Amino acid sequence: MRYAMAIDTKKCVGCSDCVVACQTENNVPHGYCRDWIVENVNGSYPNVEIELRSERCNHCENAPCVRCCPTGASHIVEGGIVMVTHNECIGCGACIQSCPYDARYSHPEGYVDKCTFCQHRLQKGQNPACVDVCPTKCLYFGDIEDPYSDVSLALKNRTWKVLAPEAGTKPQLYFLT
Amino acid sequence: MKTRREFIKISAAGAGVTAIGLSGVNILGLNTAQASNDQTAASDAEMSVYPTYCEVCFWKCAGWTYVDKKGEIRKIIGNKEDPHCNGRLCPRGTGGIGMYYDEDRLKTPLIREYDKDGNAYFRKASWDEALEYSAKKLQKVAEEHGPECVALFNHGSAGSYLGTLLKAFGSPNIAAPSFAQCRGPRETAWIATFGEAVGSPEPTDIRDTDCLVLIGSHLGENMHNGQVQEMADAIDRGTTIITVDPRLSTVASKSKYWLPIKPATDLALLMAWIHVVVYEEIYNKDYVEQYTYGLDLLKEHVKNMTPEWAYGITTIEPEIIRKTAREMANAAPAVIVHPGRHVTWYGDDTQRIRAVAILNALFGSWGNRGGFYMKESVHLPKPKTPPYPKPTKTWRDAYPGQFKLASLALSSGICDATIPTEDRACSFKAWVVAGTNLPLTLPNMSNTVKAMENLDFLLVIDTMPMEITGYADVVLPECTYLERYDLIRDSPHREPYIALRMPAVEPKYDSKPAWWITKQLAEKMGLGDYFPYDDITELLDWQLKKIGSSLEEMKRIGVKKLDREHGGLYFQKGEDIEFNTPTGKIELYSNEIAAEGFDPIPVYTAHPEPDPGFYRLIYGRAPMHTFSRTANNHNLWDLQKENAVWVNPKVAELWDLKKDQLVWLKNQDGVVSSFPIKVRITERIRWDSVYMVHGFGHSDKKLRRAYGNGANDTELITRVMVDPIMGGTGMRGNFVTFLTEQPQKEAKS
Repeated sequence: MRYAMAIDTKKCVGCSDCVVACQTENNVPHGYCRDWIVENVNGSYPNVEIELRSERCNHCENAPCVRCCPTGASHIVEGGIVMVTHNECIGCGACIQSCPYDARYSHPEGYVDKCTFCQHRLQKGQNPACVDVCPTKCLYFGDIEDPYSDVSLALKNRTWKVLAPEAGTKPQLYFLT
Repeated sequence: MKTRREFIKISAAGAGVTAIGLSGVNILGLNTAQASNDQTAASDAEMSVYPTYCEVCFWKCAGWTYVDKKGEIRKIIGNKEDPHCNGRLCPRGTGGIGMYYDEDRLKTPLIREYDKDGNAYFRKASWDEALEYSAKKLQKVAEEHGPECVALFNHGSAGSYLGTLLKAFGSPNIAAPSFAQCRGPRETAWIATFGEAVGSPEPTDIRDTDCLVLIGSHLGENMHNGQVQEMADAIDRGTTIITVDPRLSTVASKSKYWLPIKPATDLALLMAWIHVVVYEEIYNKDYVEQYTYGLDLLKEHVKNMTPEWAYGITTIEPEIIRKTAREMANAAPAVIVHPGRHVTWYGDDTQRIRAVAILNALFGSWGNRGGFYMKESVHLPKPKTPPYPKPTKTWRDAYPGQFKLASLALSSGICDATIPTEDRACSFKAWVVAGTNLPLTLPNMSNTVKAMENLDFLLVIDTMPMEITGYADVVLPECTYLERYDLIRDSPHREPYIALRMPAVEPKYDSKPAWWITKQLAEKMGLGDYFPYDDITELLDWQLKKIGSSLEEMKRIGVKKLDREHGGLYFQKGEDIEFNTPTGKIELYSNEIAAEGFDPIPVYTAHPEPDPGFYRLIYGRAPMHTFSRTANNHNLWDLQKENAVWVNPKVAELWDLKKDQLVWLKNQDGVVSSFPIKVRITERIRWDSVYMVHGFGHSDKKLRRAYGNGANDTELITRVMVDPIMGGTGMRGNFVTFLTEQPQKEAKS
């Protein structure tokens, strides 16, 4: 089993609901976030295109943050979710430097924090909070090894890309294009 | 120190990348919302949930408020049974929690006083004193000038209670800026054409449409939740979307056709579309024959309004005009030419929306699947109350012979009529303002301020201090929607639904629900009989039981669907229908508008153009904010702290403007923005226009987070193009230029 997320850039309107839903669900302190929106504008008026992406930790199969963690606080759990054990984290920030997606931040209480794919919700059979709140239903989540999961079905009929493939991290966020 | 998101901006590859998300550290160190040491997610099982419907905007999505064991509100989640949101609140609804926790909330009743040097200040007062004082002041105005000289301005739930109070008091002057500053022209145009208003939520059947046409409507940036959801589904289905907008709006970027029209020329495009549809005979013949009036007159009228004619006006190529018209006709009747919502642009807005209505009529989309459905709402019984006294004058007396097709009171009209002139029959002496921040809502801010200075009494009821509260004589702090009961939500939809709002927690500070405030005020004014309950729950339970539910049931389920009682969702084929118009038909040629002396079929007229060095000021919405009301909400402020002025790169080069540079904007009348605004250089905007999100640039220092962030478009909107048909205030005829140095403030006299 490997959890993955597909983000439909054609549907995302960049409203940031995923950001605020994550904040309230996971008690993320004000001024910080585990997910965010990137808007990419290309072309010149009137031949212009916009790509909107809801981004977060890529839960990489080959996660540099886990490899560089000196205490083992950063680790991978069932389903390929990259987690941080807060009380084992010494806040050295090596993982923040190593992440090609800038997905981690230093929590004011001294540890490093990031997206958990809402593991506490997955355990109850729910989707991550961002997936369930998105008004455009542009986030698809599930087990990518299950051909009938939402994420597998979303990837089946669409073109997609991952971010920073050259980093070799085998990211598990797929952007439908 | 670089923040994380700033770092992203620098490191991200590709041109024009902007990260929208959180940035910055806790500048104010205000962490009340998530102040506990528990940084892990709360378990839903350990929380209590209470039904509510959202008050952060007018869409009123139903949801559940989650309260933890310590009594802290942790999150708000959409109610899956509610068709307004389908279990998915928008960012404002999700972030509505920030409204409750806002440390800058109004906390106690306040009464304006003056010190010995004549300086005004607010004195804290008890509820009893503030209410007694307000009642006396209102009664004094009534004694001296008549109760009709008291006006109510409202937006949101408090309006219904206060409206009852005003009517009981003897004043019919109940206005909401949502008419004359927003959707009024649309409702007037729709009534003239189809015999009924569009209403809210709009009965657009986007769920089943094959073609969605948006005229400047930026769905997705305006988070009209259910509609945005249906639009996203439409994108999934590959539905044709045609967006007309001088700016590449978010939805324009997702459309099959984006028509980057020259601003202020939309009516020419619409008339050319009508020309193509009529002359290529691609209209819905059965529908038009059976239901409409005036096709021949329309055909003659649009004879010369060819796509070639429109090209010279709109800059949209004739072939694109024809192609898009045919796309719509191919989809008909499952096509929606969207009536829009905020449509007070150029002063001929009723006529522009009339053209939209005519197009829909030609396609037969009104009353057809994939076009517009026939909405239905539940009829809630009203308690028996004494009859209202008959007013002897209304706001209309200030405008003899004018604006007869305004179906609701004009907020701007009441505002103007508050400034005394010799020839005005009616001038207002007291305002009650609830849930609307008038200085940032009505155009021409200095005019609004002048009107308020002429009042004998201004009572403001709100949750937050805002510009309007600063002018008040008495401020009454309302508790937020998460802390109160309100009337049952009975807005129309495909099926009639009801939703309950109940408190999840006790009101913070010394704030009170609007129903309580109004009832107390009424009793002090001797009008208590109009509110025949001690607690609003008595009224709610009585009403709910009358329609087969109960308060107890609604507390459990939050939302309930009832059965339709008035016909089907769509017209039956060939169904005999009488429309509420002079001819009983859908009027392509409007007899009602003709009778008032206006063009019975729309005529395009050119609007003023900016002088060299000036750019048309276009404003719009951000999905994470509502008007000027949410700028201080910590959760939403985290998402967007300020607005930016969008400038085309060519214009930026001309003015040597740099990304994020602070500029002041000066309009055609020499008005300069109070605060500077950051420049956003983007290819998404035309070279003859600038764009900004409305609702920023707050000047009330009591809004500690929002104060001074960005520019306030409303103060730059000093040229108002009034719609002669219904009095809407066209606000898109203002032009601005850039000041790169801080302008010298004039010395105070």
